[in-house]
Amino acid sequence: MLDIFEILGPVMVGPSSSHTAGAVRIGRMARTLLGGEPVRARIGLYGSFAETGQGHGTDKALAAGLLGLKPDDMKIPNSFDLAKQRGLKFSFEEARLRDAHPNTAVLEVERADGKVLTLQAASTGGGRIRVDRLNGVEVSFTGNFNTLVIRHKDIAGELADVTRELSNGRVNIANMSLCRDRRGGDALTVIETDQKVPRVVRQLIGELRGVEGLTYYEKEGD
Amino acid sequence: MALDSMEEIFEKMEEGKKPFWQVVLDTDVEERQVTAEASFEKMRTNWRAMLEAVDTYRGERRSVSGLVGGDGAKMADYREKGETLSGDYLSEVIQTALCTGESNACMRKIVAAPTAGACGVLPAVLIPLYRRGAEEDEIVRALYVAAGIGAVIGYRACIAGASGGCQAEIGSASAMAAGALTALRGGGAEQIGHAVAMALKNLMGLVCDPVAGLVEVPCVKRNVIGAVNAASCADMALAGIESRVPVDQVIDCMGDVGRRMPVEFRETALGGLAATPFGQAVKKQMNRRNR
Repeated sequence: MLDIFEILGPVMVGPSSSHTAGAVRIGRMARTLLGGEPVRARIGLYGSFAETGQGHGTDKALAAGLLGLKPDDMKIPNSFDLAKQRGLKFSFEEARLRDAHPNTAVLEVERADGKVLTLQAASTGGGRIRVDRLNGVEVSFTGNFNTLVIRHKDIAGELADVTRELSNGRVNIANMSLCRDRRGGDALTVIETDQKVPRVVRQLIGELRGVEGLTYYEKEGD
Repeated sequence: MALDSMEEIFEKMEEGKKPFWQVVLDTDVEERQVTAEASFEKMRTNWRAMLEAVDTYRGERRSVSGLVGGDGAKMADYREKGETLSGDYLSEVIQTALCTGESNACMRKIVAAPTAGACGVLPAVLIPLYRRGAEEDEIVRALYVAAGIGAVIGYRACIAGASGGCQAEIGSASAMAAGALTALRGGGAEQIGHAVAMALKNLMGLVCDPVAGLVEVPCVKRNVIGAVNAASCADMALAGIESRVPVDQVIDCMGDVGRRMPVEFRETALGGLAATPFGQAVKKQMNRRNR
């Protein structure tokens, strides 16, 4: 069922829930998953984002999101100036993709310490978004839940270990997916949860045998 | 508990002897695991943001393309003369729809309901009632009615222009507003259902054809028709006039029409008003400016 506040809401800076509010959320998602202030961003626009993005402020909205602004922040129209002040260098280009949602952005973002993250996300309407690709691996999550993205070895029992830690921490799983590139290779598990995942639980999961990386996105509060 | 059909909401109303808004509020409390107070205050925040958008409207502002702005102020001046055809309430509905739609096009803060492009419809019918003495809590309850209707439409059909054309945006907003008004004026489950069905039927087939792909022309003025349609359908429902086609069937039908709508008429700016010589000229001008 649909969240009624996704229907009546969000409170947002215009003009388009998909091209403006959704774009801010995509930028914020990239920032959160990067885990810090981005200093460089290469932004690819696809489909309707590329066609009508400028008239809708999609470019300003994505930059605003990368700077951590929310969709209702009146600073969105001035985000380019803000980026200059904060030392974020960014560029836009047209993205060439196949079979992507018509409102898609591809972001490559980098932190001052050199950590890089790539993300492909779609704005699916009404300000909702969906992450379709993370660091090259196909995923699917919306940011409507607390989300754990776990990179791990494709070995038996890995998922059981992860879910046990969540169970011990009294965290209920809402949705879950696991993808691997090849048998015995690297795998990516995305787990959406009802409760916030406590830091200690994340730490325990991070220390599990086979886990190579963990990224956490906490659902935004009201 | 879910908001999957209007029929289901009506059954819940009957079962629990609850008004429409209460069923929607209870569903939100259950789904998001929040208190009723927290949910209600969040909805109140939406309401106040709707009011603020209209209160901070300025006729001097212009949109990115320069095509939109100032019409809300023109309507206000015209109303001052006291010679409107549509009367005091409806002419304020028109003014409020324009002010909100223009604010959106000028990158001001608005409330998507259900989308930014259709953000003017609900405030247009509710704010004039608030100015005429409706209590804030009463209005917030009406917003729950609107949100519940929107959730059903979003689940069974669609609420995005890219999916189903303007009928899915302004049409849905109009249906939400018609139901909210009917509930606010004391209409029961059946009357709310008829108001929603009639509002959606009246705008069925409306295409999404934004000039240069911008949420400006014809979007701002389509908010007016959505709002005025909502008021007339609520009045019809309150008068006891019924929709012959049941409401859930109308919603499903809107979704079907949307799916079968050519892609040119679904927000791609390739058909309709966007494809007129005027629309093409604006597009060219915008492209030149972007380069």
